[in-house]
Formats: sequence, structure tokens, C-alpha cells
Amino acid sequence: MSLLSRPAGNKKVPIPVPEEKLKEGTPKEQVFVASQWQLMWWRFRKHHLAILGTSLIAVFYLLAIFCEFLSPYDPNAFERRYTFVPPQAIHFFHEGVWEGPFIYGLERARDPETYLITYQPDTEVRYPVEFFVQGDSYKMWGLLESSRHLFGLSSDVNARGLRIYLLGTDRLGRDMFSRVLYGARISLSIGLIGVFLSFVIGIFMGGISGYFGGMPDLIIQRIIEFLRSIPTIPLWMGLSAALPRDWSSLQRYFAIVLLLSLIGWTGLARVVRGRFLAVREEDYVTAALLQNASEARIILRHMLPSFFSYIIASLTLAIPGMILGETSLSFLGLGLRPPIISWGVLLQEAQNLQTVALAPWLLIPAIFVVIAILSFNFMGDGLRDAADPYKR
Amino acid sequence: MARYIVQRLLYAIPTLIMISLVSFAIIELPPGDYLSSYIAKLEQQGSRVSQSELEALQQRYGLNQPVYVRYWKWISNFVRGDMGMSFEWNRPVKDLVMERIGLTALISLLSTLFIWAVALPIGIYSATHQYSLSDYLFTFIGFLGVGIPDFLLALVILWWAWSTFGVNLGGLYGPEFIGEPWTWPKVMEVVKRIWVPMVIIGTAGTAGMIRTMRANLLDELPQPYVESARASGLSETETVLKYPVRIALSPFVSTVGWMLPGLISGTTIVAIVLSLPTTGPLLLKALLSQDMYLAASFIMLLSILTVIGTLVSDILLVLVDPRIRFDDVQAG
Repeated sequence: MSLLSRPAGNKKVPIPVPEEKLKEGTPKEQVFVASQWQLMWWRFRKHHLAILGTSLIAVFYLLAIFCEFLSPYDPNAFERRYTFVPPQAIHFFHEGVWEGPFIYGLERARDPETYLITYQPDTEVRYPVEFFVQGDSYKMWGLLESSRHLFGLSSDVNARGLRIYLLGTDRLGRDMFSRVLYGARISLSIGLIGVFLSFVIGIFMGGISGYFGGMPDLIIQRIIEFLRSIPTIPLWMGLSAALPRDWSSLQRYFAIVLLLSLIGWTGLARVVRGRFLAVREEDYVTAALLQNASEARIILRHMLPSFFSYIIASLTLAIPGMILGETSLSFLGLGLRPPIISWGVLLQEAQNLQTVALAPWLLIPAIFVVIAILSFNFMGDGLRDAADPYKR
Repeated sequence: MARYIVQRLLYAIPTLIMISLVSFAIIELPPGDYLSSYIAKLEQQGSRVSQSELEALQQRYGLNQPVYVRYWKWISNFVRGDMGMSFEWNRPVKDLVMERIGLTALISLLSTLFIWAVALPIGIYSATHQYSLSDYLFTFIGFLGVGIPDFLLALVILWWAWSTFGVNLGGLYGPEFIGEPWTWPKVMEVVKRIWVPMVIIGTAGTAGMIRTMRANLLDELPQPYVESARASGLSETETVLKYPVRIALSPFVSTVGWMLPGLISGTTIVAIVLSLPTTGPLLLKALLSQDMYLAASFIMLLSILTVIGTLVSDILLVLVDPRIRFDDVQAG
């Protein structure tokens, strides 16, 4: 009888373990020697929604980073003949025969009663969807000049003025798919930069408040209380409306980010303060104090690492608020303005009920906003659960 | 108790002062002063401003004087109920604001009640049926409710009602009632339509509240006192409703405080999408046309409304929750 096959009876026979396995150690031993980050990863991995959220966020940021290449057209290029084209489906089979990815042609007609232009797929003509096609030229990240796009129609079809509109077009005949991708770049980066700024303010204010206590704490707590007790949207609206009108779009972008984080840092400061208060009494801080370590060293070297994971978790949970703030403001026309493309700016086109009824695909950016917000929430939830891997 | 209330009132004062400073900053920040935009507006309409009128206006707003004088003039007038003129509407700001702030408060209040009425039973059900199919369903809905911004929800619902039923859910009353006095038919019309903003604004709060209620009740359910109530022969419903639910209720009162800023925010933006006759649309219009006295008064009043609401909820919490002792209550 081979040693590896299990005996039929109840008698326990030791199963030999290969050499390499022994070196790695059993899972339990792994837990004992694993680093804090390793433990956090293991715990985070168990949170399925968090993994899903994180993957979606990764996809979104990839879309945002490579939007010039991934989008088939220049987001500002308009086609006067193709306004309010509904989303086109990519087909693979024509009359049951495999054709590879292709789209049907567009038939343009005018409704005899309402005089509205309607589009019908014209199944007579088929245009294959090709990859790595030449199209509108762009400058990737403002550096690399190219005109190659991931997908599109072949250049001779392009030359005839035919386009592929995966998410339809807006009132000027601009490709919504390209615009959503470019919008992702602005909307998602506002979240990151805004959170980074709030992080700087929050950690500074929360740190002072929690570490020193006393009068500074009282003042900062009052400020936080004040900021939390006023409704944010009206305040954001008021402040962004007060921005000078003649500012360039870049100035406006940074001003909006600054406004969002000037009001949004309070949650983070609270977390930092609470952690500082908890950690301040720990033995290792007393030990560092006794060894005459400087205050900066105690804060940065001893205290901060112990609650860094909490900060990352609350940072992640703060990003959706930023994205939402920008989207709301731009939607109202007080935030970013065209020619900048953000999801909020795109949704501004959908403000009018009649327009939305005519072209419901203008609401598609909203789906992206919701997915991004949910994903960040899930990821933040998982991070928060994993933040203290020693807690049972 | 009285001491606590006085203390809370005193703490509200610096908050109110800061609110007034921020609101005043919103008036002052745009380039050019109020008067020049006013004159530009008048000249656009073809009327001219006489020198004496100009001087009277300058005197009134203290435009030639330093900032702190202007601030003082503005705030002391504000407290006395004189909020300046809206050049967009050519009416006193006070009238415009007062017309609309009541409905804003009403919608916020209704949304709060809606949140309570929905979240309380669902939270209890979720906690007592933990990990059941419906618990997962409510958790999922809760996540969606938190994740979907209310103005987008409003937009989608508006579009859905329009495209499937051909009904425009926007507004609180049909065009025939605009400018009409508050008569019975108008009130009934509002009652028929007000549930739309109420539900939309309440969704996010409901989702959050279900989570809180569920978590709180789950903390209480395994406590020994629940077991002893059960052991003394109470039915399961009675056991749950009589003891742990009562303790788990305290977030319902205490969260009004932090819910209110969100509710007012939500009301503002949802009202713009649904074009309700509340503060939101008028605030946006005022901001877009740089009618800053009107805008700042709105922001100031909305903030004051929030502060008062928070204050009331804090005091209610102390009244409702017997576990809070007054000697423990310090610094808020």
C-alpha cells in the first residue's frame, strides 16, 4: 500500500509532507511570523465585496489613465449630422453567421409628426469594428503624440464620416463613450487630490488636537463642530459661486478641489485625534519619551505607524464624498465648467427633463458615478475591518 | 438639566458667529461690490440710477467703509430682520426667503419622519433575522441607498415617471396654483406630491439608519437582561420590543443632529432637480446671477436651521435616554 493513499479504517497514519512545505511552515505558524500588512491583506481578502470594489476601482483608474488611447474619438469632436444618436450595439453574428465584431449602419429619419430626428439600425450595411485603428490625434498625458486608438472603425469608413457610438452621442453629436472616459480622469483625480489635501489638513489639525490636548484641542474641536453642523451643499455652492469667473479651467479645478477639502477634512481629523488620544497612553510612547525622543520623532516614528491603517481606511471612505461633491457642484453649473469634462459636467446635460426623455443615455455617467462611489465604499469597508488585524 | 441646556445654547453662539462670518464672506468674495452689480443690472434694464439714490444705497450698505463696519451693518440689520434687497427680484430678501424656508423645513421634517418610520421596523427585522435572505436584501438596498446620490435618484425617478406614465413629478403643485394663496385645493395638491421629495431625500438616511439600528440591536440582543425577560415568559415580540429596542433607539434621537446637515444639503439639491418651491432653486439662481445678499441670507438661514435642529435633538436625547446623567455631560 502506498503511503500517500488514505487507509480505509479510522487509524491515523501520518501523511508525509514534502520538504518544501515544511520550510514554509503550517498556516498557523505563518500567522505568528506574518507582518502586520500581511495579516491585513489576509483579512481584507476575505471581504468579497471589498475585493470586487477594489478591482472595479483599479479598472476605473486604468480607464482614466489611458483614456486618450481607449476612447475611440476626441471627446470634443462633434458631428453635426449625428446628434442624440442612441447607443449602438456591437454585433457578432449577422443572420446567424459569425462575422466578428461589427456594427450596423445608421439610418437617419425625421419623425413626420414631431420633426425629431430618429435613428434606426440599417441592417443592410455592416462596418467591422477594428482594433488599433488610426483616428483623431491626441497627446497622451500631454507628452506622447499619437493617433492610434484601441478600437474604432477602419479609416476609410471614418473618412466617410461614420462613427461608432457605444454610449450614444449628446446634443452636439459628441461621442459619450469618449467623454465618459475623459470625465473619469477629472472626476476620479479630484477624489484623490481632494482626499490628499484633506489628509494633510486633517492629520495636522487632528494631530495637534489629539497630541497636545487642552486649549488647541478645544479650539480645533469647535471648528470641526462648526464645519460639521452646517449643510455642505449650500456652503459649497456659495463658495464656488464666489470664485472669479475669469479663472482658467485649471485654476478652477484646483479651487474646487481646495473648497471640497477645506470642508471635508473634519472626519479625518476626528479619526486622527481619537487614535492619538488612544495611543498617547501606550507604554511604548512613554518609553520613547523617557529616552528623550523629540516630539516629531514620537509622532512620526512611533505613533503614526500604529494607526496608519485606520487613516488609509478613512481616506478611502472620504473619496466618494469628494467625487460626489464635485459631481453635485458641476451638475448645478457651479463647479467645473466645459470645456473641462467631468462626470458632473456630463450630467449637467441631463438636467432638463425633456432632454432626458429624448435621450436617456445622457444619464449613463450617473451609473459610473454610482459604481465608483459604491466601490470606494466597499473597499473602505473592507479596509476598516482589516485595519487592526490583531483585534479579534 | 437647565444647566445643560444653557451650556448647549452658549456653545451654539460661536457657531452662529462663524456662520455669519462665512455668509458675509460669500457676499464679499465676488469681484466688484454689490452696488456696481446692482447698477449694471438696472442699466441693463434701461433705467438710470440717480446720484442721490446711489448715495442712499452706499449709506445703507456702508460700501465706502472698512470691512468690519460693513459686516457689522449687515449682521445687525440681519438680526433685526432686514436682509437687504435682492436686485434680481427687486424685492426685500426677507420676503423671498420667508416664503420658502417654511417648505424647506417641512420637507426636511417629513423626510426625518419617513426615515424613522421605515428604518425602525426594517432595522429591528434585520437584527432579529440576522443573515436571513431578507437581511441580506436589506443590507444590499442599504448599500445602494448610501451609494446613490439623492439628486441622481431624483433625476432617474423623474425621467422614469415621465417616460412610463407621462407624469411630471417635479414641483409641488401644478402651474395653475402658482402665485395662488394657500387654499384647500392647493394644500391637497401639495400633500399629493410631497411624498416624492420626501422619499428621495430620505433614502440615503434610511439606509444609514437601518445599519445603525441593526448594529445597535445586535449588540443588545445577547445581553443577559433579554434572556431573563424571555425566561420570565414574555413572548418573543414583547421581549424584543419592550427592552432591547428601547435601548437601541437612542441613535434615532441622537442622529437627527448629524443627519440634519445632510438632509438640508439633500433638500437643497433635490429641490433644484425637482424644481420645488423651496430654498434650493432660488439659492442656485441667486448664486448664478451673483445676487449675493439673497444667496448669503439663504445660506445663513439654512445653517441656523441646522444648528437649531441639532440643538433640539441634543436636548431631546438627554430627555429620552435615562442613561445620560447631567454631571457626565461636559463640553457637548
